[in-house]
Amino acid sequence: MSSKRSANQTQRTAAQSTELLQELVAHLRQNRTQLREEWANRITEAQLLTAMTKEELFAEATSVYDNYVEALATGTFEALQAYARNLSERIIPRGVETHEVVGIVLLLRDVLARSLFAKYQGDFTMLNRILDAYEPAANRIANTVAVGFVQERERVIRQQQEAIRELSTPVLQVRERLLILPIIGVIDAQRARQLTEQLLRGIRTNRAKVVVIDITGVAAMDATVANHLVQTVEASRLLGATVVVTGLSPEIAQTIVTIGVDLGKMNTVGDLQGGIEQAERLLGYKVVPVADSAST
Amino acid sequence: MEVPILKQGRFLIATIQAALSDADLLHLRRALIDKVIQFRSQGVIVDVTALDVMDSFATRTIRDITNMIRLRGADTVIVGIQPEVAFAMVQLGLTMEGVATALDLEEGLAHLQQRAAGKI
Amino acid sequence: MLQDIVVAIRSDADIVLARQQGRALAATIGFTATDATLIATAISELARNIVSYAGQGEVMMRGVESAQAKGMLICARDSGPGIRSIDDVLRDGYSTSGGLGLGLPGVRRLMDEFAIDSELRRGTVVTVRKWLK
Repeated sequence: MSSKRSANQTQRTAAQSTELLQELVAHLRQNRTQLREEWANRITEAQLLTAMTKEELFAEATSVYDNYVEALATGTFEALQAYARNLSERIIPRGVETHEVVGIVLLLRDVLARSLFAKYQGDFTMLNRILDAYEPAANRIANTVAVGFVQERERVIRQQQEAIRELSTPVLQVRERLLILPIIGVIDAQRARQLTEQLLRGIRTNRAKVVVIDITGVAAMDATVANHLVQTVEASRLLGATVVVTGLSPEIAQTIVTIGVDLGKMNTVGDLQGGIEQAERLLGYKVVPVADSAST
Repeated sequence: MEVPILKQGRFLIATIQAALSDADLLHLRRALIDKVIQFRSQGVIVDVTALDVMDSFATRTIRDITNMIRLRGADTVIVGIQPEVAFAMVQLGLTMEGVATALDLEEGLAHLQQRAAGKI
Repeated sequence: MLQDIVVAIRSDADIVLARQQGRALAATIGFTATDATLIATAISELARNIVSYAGQGEVMMRGVESAQAKGMLICARDSGPGIRSIDDVLRDGYSTSGGLGLGLPGVRRLMDEFAIDSELRRGTVVTVRKWLK
């Protein structure tokens, strides 16, 4: 009996909450122009978004305001999430930082809260009820926007890191038609993929016929990465290039055999020097050992 | 869409365009055999530079072409596989074993010339 | 903005159409040339399976968004004979590239997410997703 009553109570509270939010949304839409301007002024006062011009700031403020109110009205946050990501994509290149985005959203929350105080100051009970409905929604909005921004930033940073990694793993052309790809350190699947793409593009650009992939500097390789290595060899062949793998440790050789690849089919040489000589032979260069030529 | 096949001395060069349907590929297979016979060609270059996707059917058909042309005593070489296409192919598990490949037309011709020289 | 693209698959010419549409959509979503090629290749294989085994069907594709990222969804469905043993067709090596295999293990490798549903005499649905990195 009592549980049924509290279930009804919860239902009523939820319905009331929605009703209150609708009243709130109506108020925010009615006073849109004034509240938006007040907010934009507060942003400038707080010296946030200084990277933007007044016009840009106002335009973005308008979109944020409208999306904010829309989220309150519908109670759903997917559209807001998408907008937040969109907005972030636009403003991150402009140098806008996380604290600024969090700052302006909180300012909006405050501007709107204050306007509610002003409107309902005569009716304390009503003010309380409206704030009860408003606060959780407003906090969720602030959270959504901030998280959206941070995620976008992280994505940009990851991209930059990848660009740096790409720069730091050069595919070297040492002779005509011969490329060397020295791989050092830890490779994960992502980096292995990137190396493969770089190498294939390099083969095309340099018209390489032989590639020496040196993995002396690679301590260990799991099956996934070993697979990538094998795929790189196969893909290079499709571009008409022969691959010589050098510096294969016994452990990595074992891993390759374990994934079912016939090592006998792969061109492997003990060390990089030997690999380069092998490559030159494949290219038709005569290889003269230094000691011999010195003695002549 | 018909794939243009040009005669270059003792070799044939077939240049494939991007939007190649299965039927087009089968048609090409037929046309190449016919022309190899007609001109007694010693080699065939299939240029796939413009092909944006090589899937299992394309790979199979190209292997068929290579084998059928070999029965006529001629060599085939596939040239111009794009880096992205090669990447997708190996991920899909299509390695085209037994099919000769070269970077471009120039390399392809060099390959065929070498093979032809080796046979004499 | 996030609208479905549906390509009816009835003949091998439709395979080309489906992958061209797929590549175009992938480009608009922001995929790299390499990933767009992977997507187009996967679509080609899926569409081809429809033609080879069911005679007709459709490939649906659309841009999708999760809380973390943007990506692409592709759904290939047909009302064909269905697959008797899904485990078999998903086993690597079951379909060699030389045979008339379904190439599904390969498609799974190309994509980030892969799901297949099939019922004998009812049809097959293959759903794959790829995400921007």
